[in-house]
Amino acid sequence: MSKVHVQTTINGEAVEYLCEPQQSFLDVLREDLLKQGTKEGCATGDCGACSVLLDGRLVCACLMLGVEAEGRTLTTIEGIASDDGLHPIQQKFLEHAALQCGICTPGFIVATKALLDKNPNPDETTIRYWLAGNLCRCTGYDKIVRAVQAAAEELAQEA
Amino acid sequence: MGEFAYVAPATVADTVAVLEEHASAGKRAQVLAGGTDLLVQLRGSDNEPRTIVDIKQLDETNRLDIGADEIFIGAAIASAVLYENEELKALLPGLLESSDLIGSTQIQGRCTIGGNLCNSSPAADTTPAIIVDSGVCVIATNSGTRELPAEDFCTGVGTNVLAPGEFLLGLKFPRPGAGTSDAYLRFIPRTEMDIAVVGVAVNVTLDDTGTCTAARVAIGAVAPTPLMVPAAADALIGTQVDDDALAAAGVRCTEASSPISDKRGTAEYRRKVVAVLCRRAGAIARDRAMGVS
Amino acid sequence: MAEAVDYKYIGTSPVRPDGVDKVTGRAQFAADQNMPNTLYGKILRSPHAHANIKSVDVSKALAMEGVYAAVSGADFPGGARGKVGGEGGGDIGDVARNIMARDKALYHGHAVAAVAATSLTIADAALAMIDVEYETLAPVLDVVAAMAADSPLLDATNFTKNLPETPDKPSNIASVTVLTRGNVDEGFEQADVTVEGEYHIPMAHQGYIEPHACTATVNEEGKATVWCSTQGHFEFRSMTSKILDWKVGDLKFIPAEIGGGFGGKTTVYLEPVAVLLSKLAGRPVKMMMSREEVFRATGPTSGSVCRVKVGAKKDGTITAAKAWLAYEAGAFAGAPIGPGAMAIFAPYVLENFHVEAHDVLVNKPKVAAYRAPGAPQSMHAMEIALDDIAREIGMDPLDLRLKNAASEGTRAPYGPKFPAIGFKECLEAAKAHPNYTAPVPEGAGRGVAAGFWFNIGMQSSAEVRINEDGTVIIMEGNPDIGGSRASMCLMAAETLGVDYERVKAYIGDTESTGFCNVTGGSRTTFATGMAVVQACEDIIAQCKARAAATWGVDEDQVEWEDGQAIPAPGVNADVTPMSLADVMASAHKTGGPLLGRASLNASGAGASFSVNFVDLMVDKETGKVDVLAFTAIQDAGTAIHPAYVEGQMQGGAAQGLGWALNEEYIYDADGVMENAGFLDYRVPVASDLPMIDCQIIEVPNPRHPYGVRGVGETPIVAPLAAAANAVRAATGVRINDLPLSPPNILAAIDSD
Repeated sequence: MSKVHVQTTINGEAVEYLCEPQQSFLDVLREDLLKQGTKEGCATGDCGACSVLLDGRLVCACLMLGVEAEGRTLTTIEGIASDDGLHPIQQKFLEHAALQCGICTPGFIVATKALLDKNPNPDETTIRYWLAGNLCRCTGYDKIVRAVQAAAEELAQEA
Repeated sequence: MGEFAYVAPATVADTVAVLEEHASAGKRAQVLAGGTDLLVQLRGSDNEPRTIVDIKQLDETNRLDIGADEIFIGAAIASAVLYENEELKALLPGLLESSDLIGSTQIQGRCTIGGNLCNSSPAADTTPAIIVDSGVCVIATNSGTRELPAEDFCTGVGTNVLAPGEFLLGLKFPRPGAGTSDAYLRFIPRTEMDIAVVGVAVNVTLDDTGTCTAARVAIGAVAPTPLMVPAAADALIGTQVDDDALAAAGVRCTEASSPISDKRGTAEYRRKVVAVLCRRAGAIARDRAMGVS
Repeated sequence: MAEAVDYKYIGTSPVRPDGVDKVTGRAQFAADQNMPNTLYGKILRSPHAHANIKSVDVSKALAMEGVYAAVSGADFPGGARGKVGGEGGGDIGDVARNIMARDKALYHGHAVAAVAATSLTIADAALAMIDVEYETLAPVLDVVAAMAADSPLLDATNFTKNLPETPDKPSNIASVTVLTRGNVDEGFEQADVTVEGEYHIPMAHQGYIEPHACTATVNEEGKATVWCSTQGHFEFRSMTSKILDWKVGDLKFIPAEIGGGFGGKTTVYLEPVAVLLSKLAGRPVKMMMSREEVFRATGPTSGSVCRVKVGAKKDGTITAAKAWLAYEAGAFAGAPIGPGAMAIFAPYVLENFHVEAHDVLVNKPKVAAYRAPGAPQSMHAMEIALDDIAREIGMDPLDLRLKNAASEGTRAPYGPKFPAIGFKECLEAAKAHPNYTAPVPEGAGRGVAAGFWFNIGMQSSAEVRINEDGTVIIMEGNPDIGGSRASMCLMAAETLGVDYERVKAYIGDTESTGFCNVTGGSRTTFATGMAVVQACEDIIAQCKARAAATWGVDEDQVEWEDGQAIPAPGVNADVTPMSLADVMASAHKTGGPLLGRASLNASGAGASFSVNFVDLMVDKETGKVDVLAFTAIQDAGTAIHPAYVEGQMQGGAAQGLGWALNEEYIYDADGVMENAGFLDYRVPVASDLPMIDCQIIEVPNPRHPYGVRGVGETPIVAPLAAAANAVRAATGVRINDLPLSPPNILAAIDSD
C-alpha cells in the first residue's frame, strides 16, 4: 500500500514522514518518529495517556490519523519543558508526588498545560472535569489535583 | 480487499465525486470528520481497508453562522469550538451541553455533532438535542443539497438515510425566540467518559404567562434510534410545565421507549430513568425559557 | 511498642530520583524499547470460552511476505499437557498453558498462536491466515454452578485437593482450604444477635494504564535479552526458563519502567512467546498488548461468593463467626483463597470461627494477584455483617470494632500471635477524626469498614557503591512501581548520614544485581529496604575499618556519625574525620573501592490494618452514587516517604471505590467479556472522586530497622464494605452484592 507524505511541525521543529493512510498519529509518533514520551494506554480515546496539543487544542493522538497532522502544529510532552528547565507544571507534579508509576504522567501534564493556557485559575471541580479523560490508576487523583492547583498558583505569580 | 487510502477534497463537488466513484466501483469509502468514532472502529473489529474521505478541508463544513432567523453549524466543527461560542451557548444551551458531554476534553477537541449524528448510535448525546431544537440536516448530493428533519435521519442502530455519494454538510436550526429554550440530560454511571444509558432532550416555548405553547421532547439510548416523543410534548403544551405536567411527560417517555438490557443498564432501569430525566430536563428547559438561570 | 524516633531524612517527602524523566517523557517503559530490525509479534486468541483445539495450522501465515515466524502450542516444549516444573504459588505447567493453549482453549481470549512480522499491519493480516479447528464446549461461567457435580469440566484430570478423603470423581473445585478454631455452634448459642448473608463480588481488573509489552532478542549463540514490564524480572526469567526449557543463564531480563501492576505484572504472558519468536525469526521481536487483550487475557482478580454468619452479644462481643467462600480461579487453579480465608477475621479477637474456602475453575482468564489478593472479597462480607450487628445492637460501628479489635498478643486466625500492631490506634484515630465527628451531610450516608493485609518478606539483595566524590549508588532488583527508589534513598541517607540528594537508587537487570523476589506483597520497602540498610551498614563497617587503619587505632575506637568516621569519645587521636569521599580518596591505600552488599530472606513483615469511612449521597431516582468525602486511616509502621505512603492509601481507596461502585467483568452467555475496554470497564475518573483524606498511623514494626510495615495492599480492602455500608445508611436498603452500580441500587431501592 502506498504511504502518504506528511509535513508538519512538532514541538517547534519541522518534521516530515511517510505514514500509512489509516495509521494513527500516535503510532507515527511512537513507532516511526520515536517520540515515545506520548504513551499508549488504550488506543481508543478512553485514557488520555496519548494527550497532545493540536494547534494548541488538547486531543488524543490515538484518535487522529498521522495524515491529519499535515500542515498543523503539534506539541507533545517532549515540548513542554524549555531551555530554562522544567515547566512549572512538571515541577509541581514532582514536588506534590503526583505520580507513582508515571505512565499517565505525560498525558496529565499536557492536559494540564491545555487547561491552564485556557483557564489560569480553575477551581477543583473544573480541574477534575477537565482531566476526566486522563486515567490514573495509582494516585486516586488527589495529589494530581493539588499539583495542578499549585502549578496554577505558580504560573499566576510568574505572570 | 483493496487498500487504505486517504483523500481530503477541497470542494463539496469533489467530495461527492469521490464518494460516488467508490460507490459505483463497489469500493468502500468513509467520511472522516472528527474521527473519534472512525479511529476506534479502525482499531477494533472493523479494520477492513477503505478510502477515508476527510471533509475538514471544506469551507461549508467549517461554516458557523448565527443569523437572524437561522443558525448553521458545519459538520466539521469540533465540539470544543462550539462550546467556546458564547452566543451559541446562550441560544442553544441544551444542544451545546449535549455536545460538551461527548467523551473527554480530548474527544471534545475533535468530535463534531455532525459526526455524532452520522455515526447513528442510539445513545448519541447530541441527536436528541438536535431533534428537539428542530435541527435540519443539510446533505450534499450529486445534484446540490437536500434537507431533512433530524428526527428522520437515523434509521436504525448505526444506520441512516445517507445514500452512497451523500454526506452531511451541516445542521440548520431555527433561531430560538424569546421564551424558547432547551435542555439535555443524560444518565451515566460515572461523572464523565461513559456512553449515555439514557438521554432526554426537551425544548419548550412559553408565553408571557408561562404557559407552554410549543414543546418537543426526544429520548436517546432507549430505542434503536433517538426518538421524538410527541406524546410527551403534548403533555407539556398548554401547561405551566409544572411538576404534574413534567411527570406526565415522563410517563409518555417511558411508554415510547423500547429499551434493551445490556452492559450499560437493564431495560427496566432505562424505562424508569427516562421518565426521571424527562422531568428534570423539562424543568431546566422551562426555567431557561422563563429566563431563570 | 518502640518510641517514635527523630529521623533526619526518614519521614520527609523529597522528589523521587526518577521523577524528572517521568515528567518529561524520557522514562523508558517496555513499549519504548527500540532496536534495528525489530519485528512485531502478535497473538491469535480463542474466539471461544471453552473449546477443544483440534488443530492449528500456521503455514499460510508463515508463507506471507513479511512474516518471519509463527508458533502455536505445539512449538512449546512439554507436550500438550506438560508440567514444566514447580513454582511457588502456582503451577508452572498452568502458566505455560495459559500463555499458549495446547489441547484446550479455556477462556475467550486464550492465546492459541502467535506471529512475528515486519509491521503491525502485516502481523494482523497474518493472524487472520492461521487456521484453527475448534470443537466448542459449554462454557462454565458461574462459580457456584461450576462446583456442582453435574457441571461440565474444564479439566477432567482435576481432583479437588486438600479434602479429608481423595475424591473419586474429577470436579471444577481445584482445592479447599479450611481454617477453624473453637466451637462455632457453642459460640452462636452465646450470641444475642446473629446476622447472616450471601455476598457476591464480580471479577475485577487491576487496570494499570500501561498494557503489557516486551521486546526479546535472541542472538546466534542462543542467548536472549528481554526488556519487559514486570514486577519481578528474576521471576519472569525463571518462568520463561521453565516454560521454554532454556537455561536460566541464557536469559537476561531487563526491567523497564513499569506503568502500574498492582499484582497483575507478577506473571508472564508475552515474554516466553517473544523469546521463541525471536529465536525462530533471528530478529528482535516486540510485543505490545492492546487494552482489549489486557482485559481478556491477563489475570484479573477472582469474582466471589461469600456466605458469612456472625454472632455477637448485646455488648458487642463477637461470639462466633463462620464463612463459606468460593472464588473464581479462572481457567487454571490459583484463586487467592488462602489469604481470603486467613484475612476475613484477622482484625478481631475470635475464639470460635470456621472458614471453608474453594478455589474454583471457570472459563474466564486465569486470575493473578491484585492488591491484597483475596482479602477485599471476604472482608467485604465480614465488614458488612459487623455493620449490621452494630445497627442491631445500637452501637457505633467503630466502638463495635474496638470492642473486638486484635492487638499485640492476639493470636491471629491463621496461627501466630500478632506482635505490635496498630489496629486499635487506627480505630481510635477514626473516632477522633474531625471528618468522623462532623455530622453526616443532610441526605447522605456514612459507612465504616476495616482493612487488613499480612505483608510479606521474602528474598532481596542490594548493593551500595560509593563514587569517588562520596555520592552513593544503590543497586537493587525490585521494579519501582510507586516511588520505592525514593524510599531506598531515604533509608540509605539516614543510615549513612549523607544528604538525600547524594544518593541515587537503580533497579538492576538480572545480570547486574542480586536476586530479588517480586515487587509484591508490600515487601519492597520492608525487605529490600532492609537489604539496603544492611548494605549501608556494611559500607559503614568498611569505612570504620579503613579509618582505623589510617589513624592507627582499633576498629572499635572508630564511630560513624553524620556521614563521617570519627574517633570514639575518649580516643586520644589527633585525626581528621573521614567522610565517604575521604575514604574513597585514600581507598587505593586501604583496600580498594567501597562496595557494600547484603542479601537476606526477610521475615517479620508487619501486618498493616486500616479503617476507612466514606460519606456518599445516593440519587434515589437513578441509583447514582456521589462520593462526598473519603477518609483513610492506616498503620504504615514508620512512613519512610509519607507522601508516597499517602499515595498508596489514596490510590488503593480509588481502586476499592471503583470496584465497589462500577467496575466489573460483564460476560455474555457464551463467556465473552462484553466490556473489554476503559469505556465500559469503568474505573474512577478524576471527577468521580473527592480529595481522599489520609491519616498515617505509625506503630513501628519491631522487625525492621526503621519500623517499616509495608503499606501498598491494605488500602484496597476496606473501601468495598465502607461504600456498601454508606449506601445502606443513605438508603436504608442493604445491598449485599457489588458493584453498587446505579441499576443495581435502583432495583434494590424499588424492590424494598
